[in-house]
Amino acid sequence: MTNAAQSDQPPKFESIADFFAQALAIEVEAAERYTLLADQMEVHNNKEIAAIFRKMALIEGEHREEIARRARNALVAGRTATFSWTGPDGPEATEFGQLHYLMTPRQALRLARFNEERAVKYFEAVAEAATDPVIAAFAKEMAQDERNHVVWVDQWLAQFGADDPSWDEDPDPPVYSE
Amino acid sequence: MNMIPAAAKEFKPADYKSSVKPVWCPGCGDHSVLLAFQRALAELALPPEQVAVISGIGCSSRIPVYTNCYGFHGVHGRSLALASGLKVARPDLTVLVASGDGDGFSIGGNHFLHACRRNIDLTYVVMDNRIYGMTKGQPSPTTEPDWDTAIAPGGTGLSPFHPLVIALASGANFIARGFSGDVGGCAKLIVEAVRTPGFSFVQILSPCVTFRSDQQKGWKTLVHNAIVPETDDPARAARRLMTDDGFNVGVLYRGKRQPYQPKPLADLAPSCLESEFAI
Repeated sequence: MTNAAQSDQPPKFESIADFFAQALAIEVEAAERYTLLADQMEVHNNKEIAAIFRKMALIEGEHREEIARRARNALVAGRTATFSWTGPDGPEATEFGQLHYLMTPRQALRLARFNEERAVKYFEAVAEAATDPVIAAFAKEMAQDERNHVVWVDQWLAQFGADDPSWDEDPDPPVYSE
Repeated sequence: MNMIPAAAKEFKPADYKSSVKPVWCPGCGDHSVLLAFQRALAELALPPEQVAVISGIGCSSRIPVYTNCYGFHGVHGRSLALASGLKVARPDLTVLVASGDGDGFSIGGNHFLHACRRNIDLTYVVMDNRIYGMTKGQPSPTTEPDWDTAIAPGGTGLSPFHPLVIALASGANFIARGFSGDVGGCAKLIVEAVRTPGFSFVQILSPCVTFRSDQQKGWKTLVHNAIVPETDDPARAARRLMTDDGFNVGVLYRGKRQPYQPKPLADLAPSCLESEFAI
């Protein structure tokens, strides 16, 4: 799997504008992806998980706003145009294949935690590779934001007990016969 | 080549999204392919009203309703026939065709051969999960011969259809394979397919999480970038296919055949048809 966060080479940016364009695009993508996941769960009547994904989408959207506020003077005409939509997924985008229609809140939040951890590593790598100290400072700030999100997801996870071992048992399974 | 205007306006993937929520199972690879379609169209900066998405029947064929382009959810196996007619009549449209391995290679198998041969400027994306998912899990033309299920005890024992070999032998002008777990990679292939004149075929390995979860969850560890670069030489492409393990992803072949496109009739108007139907 190719993924921006799993690349062997740490990403380097030519300008602060490029850095913020990528950072914003990562948050936009994460928010949109969580919204798609919430839609999927809603269609399959797993409303509890849909609500978790909607909340995650909201959080990523708020983070995007915060980054846009920080980037204010660095963006080129306020655009995120340097981000290539045909490139690899960003570090905060959940893989579609990780979902299950009967998944539990713990499983959904573990996915969210995984994404936040991946984002921490991504921005740490950007900070380390940056030759521009301003980019490095902003990247460190982003990594700290993502660390805070990990703590926050952990607190949310603590509200749920262990999963029932039969969490994926469906009394009316889709399999036609066995 | 499809008529791609200079990037007068920027588009986002969300600009191609309809208000209908997909009913595919959560975890299904088709969700990724849908997003890849939308990303590709945004990259190509095609206005939605200049794009038509045509499909047949099956899980994958639901794609047109999830985009806000023109769409036609046709009959089983006939997506390429519909798309060919549309492209010939409306060469100004970019026509994408969506199908699955059952719809595209079994019921629509004959249309596949002749679409490759005709080389009309279409982009044909087949989401291959090696099963008929919508009808609850029957083996398809690409199913492994030893896949043992209640409906095919001991497996079918039949050699699977090799879509890339068939496409190359039949004259497709662009042939590629992607994996749904890599949305960006699939989007890039679709962009390349649309930009290449003639009939472009993209097989996307798209796991079925409901009926083949045990076997296909592991696909993401099996797919790998093709180590051999793309070629415009059919013989080289054929040699590469001889050693294909089914999980090579990337562009295999990009030919130079001119697409088939009859000249439009200048005087064709709806009234012209009346004489054809006069008794």
